[in-house]
Amino acid sequence: MERNPWLLPLLLMLCVGLGYAVLSMPEPVEGLPEILVDNMELAGVSNPVTAVLLNFRGYDTLLEMGVLLVALLGMWSLGGMPDYHESSPGLVLDIMSRQLVPVLILVAGYLLWVGADAPGGAFQAGSLLGAAGVLLLLCGWRIGNRCSGLPLRILLVLGLGMFVMAGTGLLLIGGGLLQYPPSVANELILMIEAAATLSIGATLAAMFLGCRPGGTDK
Amino acid sequence: MSYVYLYALLGVGLFVLGLNALIIHPHMLRKILAVNVMSTGVFLVLVALSSRNEEVLPDPVPHAMVITGIVVSVSATALALILMLKVNRATGKNELPDRGRD
Amino acid sequence: MELILEGVPWIVVLIILPLTGGMACFLFPKISKSLGLLTSLAVVACVWGLGWQLIEEGAQRYAIGGWGAPLGIDLYADGLSLVMLAVAALVGLGISVYSSAYFSRDKANHFWPLWLFLCGALNALFLSSDIFNLYVTLELLGLTAVALVALADGAQALISAMRYLLVNLMGSLFYLLGVAFLYHSLGSLDIAILAQRAQPSPAMWAAVGLISTGLLLKTALFPMHFWLPAAHACAPTPVSAVLSALVVKASFYILLRMWLEIFPMVGSSFAQLMGGLGAAAVLWGGVQALRQTRLKMLIAYSTVSQLGYLFLAFPLGMSVAWRGALYMLLSHAVAKAAMFMAAGNILAAGGDDRIADLSSITQRLPLTLTAFSLAGMSIMGLPPSGGFIAKWLLLEASIQSGQWWWGVILLLGGLLAAVYVFKVVGHVFTQAEPKLEARAVPARMEWTALVLALVVIFLGLFASWPLAIMEIGSPFGEGDSG
Repeated sequence: MERNPWLLPLLLMLCVGLGYAVLSMPEPVEGLPEILVDNMELAGVSNPVTAVLLNFRGYDTLLEMGVLLVALLGMWSLGGMPDYHESSPGLVLDIMSRQLVPVLILVAGYLLWVGADAPGGAFQAGSLLGAAGVLLLLCGWRIGNRCSGLPLRILLVLGLGMFVMAGTGLLLIGGGLLQYPPSVANELILMIEAAATLSIGATLAAMFLGCRPGGTDK
Repeated sequence: MSYVYLYALLGVGLFVLGLNALIIHPHMLRKILAVNVMSTGVFLVLVALSSRNEEVLPDPVPHAMVITGIVVSVSATALALILMLKVNRATGKNELPDRGRD
Repeated sequence: MELILEGVPWIVVLIILPLTGGMACFLFPKISKSLGLLTSLAVVACVWGLGWQLIEEGAQRYAIGGWGAPLGIDLYADGLSLVMLAVAALVGLGISVYSSAYFSRDKANHFWPLWLFLCGALNALFLSSDIFNLYVTLELLGLTAVALVALADGAQALISAMRYLLVNLMGSLFYLLGVAFLYHSLGSLDIAILAQRAQPSPAMWAAVGLISTGLLLKTALFPMHFWLPAAHACAPTPVSAVLSALVVKASFYILLRMWLEIFPMVGSSFAQLMGGLGAAAVLWGGVQALRQTRLKMLIAYSTVSQLGYLFLAFPLGMSVAWRGALYMLLSHAVAKAAMFMAAGNILAAGGDDRIADLSSITQRLPLTLTAFSLAGMSIMGLPPSGGFIAKWLLLEASIQSGQWWWGVILLLGGLLAAVYVFKVVGHVFTQAEPKLEARAVPARMEWTALVLALVVIFLGLFASWPLAIMEIGSPFGEGDSG
């Protein structure tokens, strides 16, 4: 579209206005960090970001797993690119991926485990798994036909499903939705994170592929 | 203390730059990239301002918000990319047609 | 029975149920149609349960995880959320029934999971009391809506879906930046707490501007409505109905909440601006609707026009004005869904929806025509219909507050609506040979359109009950009654 002469001045004004607002941002009187520190023992993990993501604001993470799944559903509903030509992988890619993929999987497992105390967690680990999946896909690996129907779907739904099951399970037991009893909070969070990691990795790899593995819908 | 605000201003700048690119460029891939730049700007503002108080550890809530935001952004970009490919396949062009008469 | 109704946390069930249904439909596509219909029915039942709870105990607040704001996320249900949930559940049920007959097998396999996730996103949005949680629900809503639009075949649908996605993303990012400003200046993400702490400051002004811009983009207020007609017209019919009826209203709901709770001190000039844009939308949308040659585009532009009415409440600002706007939202949702379904039936029967050729098709679809006419009555604002009640309330507000010019806009808009509705309906009464190739339309599709249109008339006849429900929890503040 042709350059609107008003655009640049308007955007500059926007930039200046936002910048001024940022610079004059008042400090909040009662911030969240103090409340957080008080509740950290009940959270079950000692990494504050993981505590916020999986425990205090776990509901956001639940919905976000839904967003991932929905994006993949949208991609699959569009159908793939039927005339996509695969080129055979070069020698470098072939050999490197044989080295890298196991390392990636190991590091993903480590990140998942260490997320309770240090930076890490489900999303970080899941992205590494996704990267491993992308490498494999680039080398021409495709998931077998037997696994590309229901088992693949279960793997994709696992993250959101585990979250919802844990949440409703806790609700039925007598607490509230997603109310982890502090004694088992650590284990619950690890379980949910493990399921989420697998799901995120599978979803990211599937998004890279773009079309539904196995061809037509089963 | 002041360098925190530098990062936040950078974030605002990225946001406006991305907005500019989103509006001006007709090519769909550029629009998608512009959206990504905009979101990076927003995340930068969120994270930078969470470290304003030097004595305490940074506020983890904006960090969690940014992690969530990144995942959402990745999902949206994936959907946008496949839509772009499909539009290209269907119309043969890389740009969205002009909006035409309103 | 009461024990069951009161003991169950209906708030939570309303969100978890559609999400679970969506996952189940994804896992087991063979039974997705039945699962989808079942879930829609169950959602209606849950809204009923929540309504019972609200009437008995007043507004409900649910702290997820037991933490409570500001540490955790709160869900909040009052009269306003209940009305939105009820509309979403009712229209959702109609759309589910309609879609069970509309989509072919393979499209249906993709439709049902996406549709149920959209329902879940809507419910989560209407019940959330946390501004960042609202961002995530907005994104969930936007992505499902885009994916549903793209289900239609053809380049036009894909192009409009792409544009819709880009607009959605732009709007969400504006909103998120506003959230960032709000959080960093006030220290909480919960709406109730923010309402207490809100103070005018440059950061606050920036947040107001950013959040409003983002949400107005998603609500397609003039002049940011450019993406709406194509997206709503090119989508599959049930999806068009959802978009016009529910999805654009979701961002309006968020704007309303923010306005009522956090932004009241912003002042009247911004409100007047929104009212002015709303008035422009009413007139512009109406004029553009007149110029359309295709039925679905006409209905889409009618949506642009009707959305303008919702914004007239901002400058009026009184309780009766808010209730009028909310009633308009309610009636428009049901009426527009009925209209789009009617248009879809005509499309299904005749193959295309050119208005000039309508007379040859419509003689075979009496139910559809009745549905369209009844829905049109509400759009025009004729009694007895929900639209009439809404316009009456808004008119009353504009006279009471002395801002009579908004009343003029209301009347002009009604006139324009009358012209374009009669343009369509008039074709019924012209004599034309029935087209020989008209295909049979499934009875389900015709009856759903008619039932929804009848609901609009009920909304006009029995207005006191919904109006009373709106007041649970007094979302509009203690103000004058009337």
